[in-house]
Amino acid sequence: MCALPLVVVVLKAFESGAGDAFALIWRPRIGELLVNTVSLLVLTCVISTVLGVGAAWLVERTALPGTAFWRIALVAPLAVPSFVNSFAWSALVPGFEGLAGAVIVTSLSYFPFVFLPVAALLRTLDQGLEDAARALGHGPWRTFARVGLAQIRPALLGGVLLVALHLLAEYGALEMLRFPTFTTAILDQFQVAFDSRSGSVLAVVLMGIAGTVLTLELLARGRVRHTRVGSGAVRRVTREHLGRATPLALFGLVALTALALGVPAWSLGKWLSRADQASEPANLGPTLWSTLSLGLIAAVVTTVATVPAAWLIARSRSWFAVAVERVTYVAASLPGVVVALALITLTIGFVRPLYQTTTVLVVAYAILFLPRAMVATRAAIAAVPPELGDAARTLGDNPVRAFLRVQLPLMLRGTMAGFALVFIAVTTELTATLLLAPTGTHTLATAFWHASASLDYAAAAPYAAALVVLSAPLTYLLLHGRNEESRT
Amino acid sequence: MTRRRTMILAAVVATVTALGLSACSKSLEATGDLDKSKLTIYSAQHENLTEEWGREFQDRTGIKVQIRYGDDSSMGAQIVQEGTGSPADVFLTENSPAMTTVQNAGLLAPVKASTLAQVGDQYHPSSKNWVGIAARSTVLVYNPKKISEAQLPKSLMDLAKPEYAGKWGAAAGGADFQAIISAMLATEGEARTSQWLSGLKSGAKIYQNNIATMKAVNAGQSAMGVIYHYYWYRDQALDKESSGNTKLHYFRNEDPGAFVSLSGGAVLKSSKHAADAQKFLAFITSKEGQKALGTTDSKEYAVGKGAASDPKLPPLDSLQAPKVDPFKLNGPKVISLMTKAGIL
Repeated sequence: MCALPLVVVVLKAFESGAGDAFALIWRPRIGELLVNTVSLLVLTCVISTVLGVGAAWLVERTALPGTAFWRIALVAPLAVPSFVNSFAWSALVPGFEGLAGAVIVTSLSYFPFVFLPVAALLRTLDQGLEDAARALGHGPWRTFARVGLAQIRPALLGGVLLVALHLLAEYGALEMLRFPTFTTAILDQFQVAFDSRSGSVLAVVLMGIAGTVLTLELLARGRVRHTRVGSGAVRRVTREHLGRATPLALFGLVALTALALGVPAWSLGKWLSRADQASEPANLGPTLWSTLSLGLIAAVVTTVATVPAAWLIARSRSWFAVAVERVTYVAASLPGVVVALALITLTIGFVRPLYQTTTVLVVAYAILFLPRAMVATRAAIAAVPPELGDAARTLGDNPVRAFLRVQLPLMLRGTMAGFALVFIAVTTELTATLLLAPTGTHTLATAFWHASASLDYAAAAPYAAALVVLSAPLTYLLLHGRNEESRT
Repeated sequence: MTRRRTMILAAVVATVTALGLSACSKSLEATGDLDKSKLTIYSAQHENLTEEWGREFQDRTGIKVQIRYGDDSSMGAQIVQEGTGSPADVFLTENSPAMTTVQNAGLLAPVKASTLAQVGDQYHPSSKNWVGIAARSTVLVYNPKKISEAQLPKSLMDLAKPEYAGKWGAAAGGADFQAIISAMLATEGEARTSQWLSGLKSGAKIYQNNIATMKAVNAGQSAMGVIYHYYWYRDQALDKESSGNTKLHYFRNEDPGAFVSLSGGAVLKSSKHAADAQKFLAFITSKEGQKALGTTDSKEYAVGKGAASDPKLPPLDSLQAPKVDPFKLNGPKVISLMTKAGIL
């Protein structure tokens, strides 16, 4: 299912021969987009890593006050869609645009993807390993580099991968900041010619970049095991006292939170209070309702659909399982519009009655956001010892009953985190929704986009605020699911 | 669990998902999906204008309408892809190239003669497959603090000169701008247009749309911008927040920069509500229908016979627009030239 759009895009790009497609790839504009996309990718991934790991270390491994508060405050930026963030920044700072603007906005929006898994892992690390390193004569920095970093590597890479895939598919935030990447160029192509070959060629290049990122992550992950053999007693980590650096560290966290949450909050507040200046009053009720129902349906469908594949991947590391996993990731790095266009081609050609129905929209959401559910569900399944299911079977349960009674409850928490990620993603999705939504259906994101495209900040603010309010409770779910999972 | 059982379980879950999916979406479809009994309008025109036309038409005739919004080029291409099975009954555009695309695909039905008679002969193509519903003029918006009136270019073509590099902007990705380029292509030819586009690529700032362009000029981030007239007049009529520091410059003299673009309306050949669709076109080009151009603050020019445009606008016939045939403007050619220039 996820591979289908990829196939459609590639076929379309090479429709009139490889030579033609090559001519479309080999032109200065592509070079320009490549430089932009890659510099954004590298800079934002590095900055997100520094912010995410730094904040996670401060919160989980030092004696700074307010651990519980910071855990929430540093995940909360996930509730602010990146295009709302860039709206807030450009409404605040005139002339805020280009690479610098794009890096600032995307880093502040996406660093929680790194913070969340790294913090969860740091909390459960075994102090013993670090003590051993110290006893072997390493200083604190080398200890962190050789033991700490090695241990958090899988979590860190997973987080960075999510950031990278988000960046590749990002449209709204970058369009607003006048920073062209492959994705915004694909949207331009769509606007001038709907489903053009040139757009498909751009999408193929984008798929290539996504493939490269995924391969790099796979290579970087390596085959090293970092788990403990045998249960034994894990020594709780000791928290470092920062001494005189404490105020500085606290200031860092406060500043980060202020930039990531304070700026959008301030900007939204300002424009909400000027709602009377809006050219047209917000039509919140129906928009909120359609966003909520689409989000719920798509999140349930996606999460449930993930379970079989996640099961396969968590329980076996065959090349087939890995391939399945990676294909879903590539589809997710495509901008919504590409998947949407592929689905339109398919529905117009083969299943006409489904054209412009909610069903197709939900399928598009599932394809786009499967990896988010996958990451969480896989971890949840991995955390359920297979022996428990077998035990239930020996006690007379049939397989289905054993699954429902034993495994399902155990994986529920982690799966809920996946549900939350998908729900947030659906409510903030823009380009696929614009294209596939049935005539007359508007979501908060499309309504916001419509108002903000004419730079009517006062008209856009209520929709943005509603989006944030809708997503906020789910970040809690995210935190909760993660906590549970890390304790097992 | 053994592998086989896992597979069985996977199959069960997948089936349940599929069933759930169809059930859920059924319930939502009842409220959101396309209603085949209604007159379906694909509109690239302004939302408040289309909304007003739809509402008034519904009140007068009792015919229910539903509107899908999009942009000229993408919506035109979408209708072409949908082909004869398109759900659209009526197509409304902001500029004519997208309409020409759909016409060339052979998807438009002839517009009723009485409707064509409601607008001047210059506002419908000889093919009689669509009808003009409004018009808009190209203007140069400039910030007098950044550039004096004397320094302004005499022609749109001059903007590509090195002396203006870095001083102007345009929404080059949008259909409005592409319509202007298609007029340039018609009057100046391919070589000069290509040359001008490479000047744009190196010397102009590309903005998201006309409003962003105007706001950038207003804020002094850009000295000049190429936009359509109505954005400026609309903001002037409100609080001037986005145009208070700016003035308009009309090129006149049949310059490509004085191009007047025609918005179009058409009925799809495949329409299941052809009679109602024709009624809708008849209504929006009528004197009453054209009034909405004034009441909704759209500030576009009326094209109906005897229909008055907003008095604040300079009269349409005083703009000395270049004599191009709006019915032959070549959208695809413009897009390929812009792709070659590295703008798209």
